[in-house]
Amino acid sequence: MTITARPPAPPLPQPPAPPRRRRARKLDHSSTRTLISAADLNRGSGRVVYYVVLTAVMVVFTLAFFFPLYWMVTGAVKEPQELAQTPPTFVPESFTVDAYVDAWNELQLPRFLFNTAFYAAGAWLFQLTFGVGIAYALSKLRPMFGNVILAMILGSLMLPATALLVPAYLTVTDVPLIGVNLLNTPWALWLPAVANAFNIYVLKRFFDQIPTDLLDSASLDGAGRLRTLWHIVLPLSRPVLGVVSIFIVIAMWKDFLWPLLVLQEPDSQTISVALSRLNSTARISIDQMLAALVLASLPMLAVFLAFQRSIISGLSAGGIKG
Amino acid sequence: MVALTARTRRRLADNAMAYAFMAGGLVCFALFSWYPLVRGVILSFQQVNFVTDPIWVGFDNYRVLFNDPLFFTAWRNTVLYTGLALLFGYAVPFAVAVLLNELRHFKGYLRFAVYLPIMLPPIVVVLLWQYFYDPGNGLFNTVLSGLHLPESQWTQSPRTAMLSLVLVSTWANMGGATLIYLAALQNIPGELYEAAEIEGASVWQRLRHVTIPQMRFVLLVMMLLQIIATMQVFIEPFQMTGTSNPDTITVMVLVYRYAFTVNQDFGLAAAMSVLLFVVLAAFSAIYLRFARNVD
Repeated sequence: MTITARPPAPPLPQPPAPPRRRRARKLDHSSTRTLISAADLNRGSGRVVYYVVLTAVMVVFTLAFFFPLYWMVTGAVKEPQELAQTPPTFVPESFTVDAYVDAWNELQLPRFLFNTAFYAAGAWLFQLTFGVGIAYALSKLRPMFGNVILAMILGSLMLPATALLVPAYLTVTDVPLIGVNLLNTPWALWLPAVANAFNIYVLKRFFDQIPTDLLDSASLDGAGRLRTLWHIVLPLSRPVLGVVSIFIVIAMWKDFLWPLLVLQEPDSQTISVALSRLNSTARISIDQMLAALVLASLPMLAVFLAFQRSIISGLSAGGIKG
Repeated sequence: MVALTARTRRRLADNAMAYAFMAGGLVCFALFSWYPLVRGVILSFQQVNFVTDPIWVGFDNYRVLFNDPLFFTAWRNTVLYTGLALLFGYAVPFAVAVLLNELRHFKGYLRFAVYLPIMLPPIVVVLLWQYFYDPGNGLFNTVLSGLHLPESQWTQSPRTAMLSLVLVSTWANMGGATLIYLAALQNIPGELYEAAEIEGASVWQRLRHVTIPQMRFVLLVMMLLQIIATMQVFIEPFQMTGTSNPDTITVMVLVYRYAFTVNQDFGLAAAMSVLLFVVLAAFSAIYLRFARNVD
């Protein structure tokens, strides 16, 4: 699959109410039988074929998905002359962390990593605050013209990002009505990030499943809308808030084209834009570049290792339901 | 002051409250989604120079586009990329998902492995693969020559450049689709397979007549999403082969080139974006109608 400009498909989380149990049982049942039956796999020849295929898949997957990372990490510890030699060595014969140290110090990686983390944190804060606001209002307060607004928000899902690229850039250079230039400021990433119809839709779908009775009884007890949101809706929505948060941070970390346009001043750039610029303008040795690539990947890999279960099961639990 | 009933006043207060909750978000949508859409269309009929007011030029921008040889090159390349991406990027994750769904061991590890590249920043993937593709001492040519196979020029030859870009992109993005297919596969009721097996259907027939029809909806949606996404490919050609390489220049790279590098002409770039938008919208409409008729 080569979706490049879109977030992963909808992780429609389970509702907070009873239906969960029913679905879980159905899944268990169906996972007992797939294309090929367990009986076939346990029979003599089927068993042999199964283990041959399993071994082949393990080898191919490890080579295909881990070996490139191994190459990147070990390439950067080789001495430059070993790295340049033809044919390349598969196991490093020399070992030095100079490239990592140089990349860290000379390429100003800490600054770009900090920038990226800062932008991601801000995008997370603004997207959750404003996104929850819209989703809560549309789902539970049901104002006049709510349906029109929902349609306009979902309509923007259909817009290819590219259709907006040039005019959105011009908007950032001179924001209508207030006339400020947001280029090279964090706001150029934070505010457009809020206009993410996908995450708002996921939040609204989840809020829709929270029983209205629960909110009504809170309001009978004298709780205002904001208190209800804070003390009832949000605590119930922890799983979906977690999934949406992960997606916001991943999207910010991976985004390239938009930050490339609006962060032209080197000191303001994200790690991705900075690496692209350094690669095409500065004369950087291959070992330093490989080290920089490793260091740029580490934060997201750490997130993946920490939240692996929720990321993978979030995708697998929902996906697009047929 | 008109006297309002308590009911009306409550309703107004409720609405005001709801809009207060939405205000911040709606301003962002208005500024960065709805307004740019309108402005993009207007811009495509204008010439902008940032000194004087924009000048209306009618269809001039579109005329310039159609006279630019790169325009057709970019469309041809983009369609080629999309086609190749369908061949690899669409078929591979489905096949992988069907295969993984049959395996009873190391499930977690295999899912982790296939999803791993999704967590790398795309720029890292692209720069890393650039070293792999190096015709001199890159990894791929080393392996090929080690196996006594002919070496390739990869991104540097007109014949293989586009294919090389598709391979990177498939490697980097197939994890998402694979996990979605796996989830859909797990929702297929096992009774269907059992019934088919009792009727004497072979594995291939079960795949053809049970799995694929059951997955139809997911497969159709994913194909549309993938086509829309690959038509907008940017970072692979931008970083690996540059903005002036006629072998790989795509529609999005050309938009970037018009607006930010060679031409610095926002009207021209907007016209190109509008065309891409129209093409994608028309394609989606036709696709959805066709997909519904297949039923």
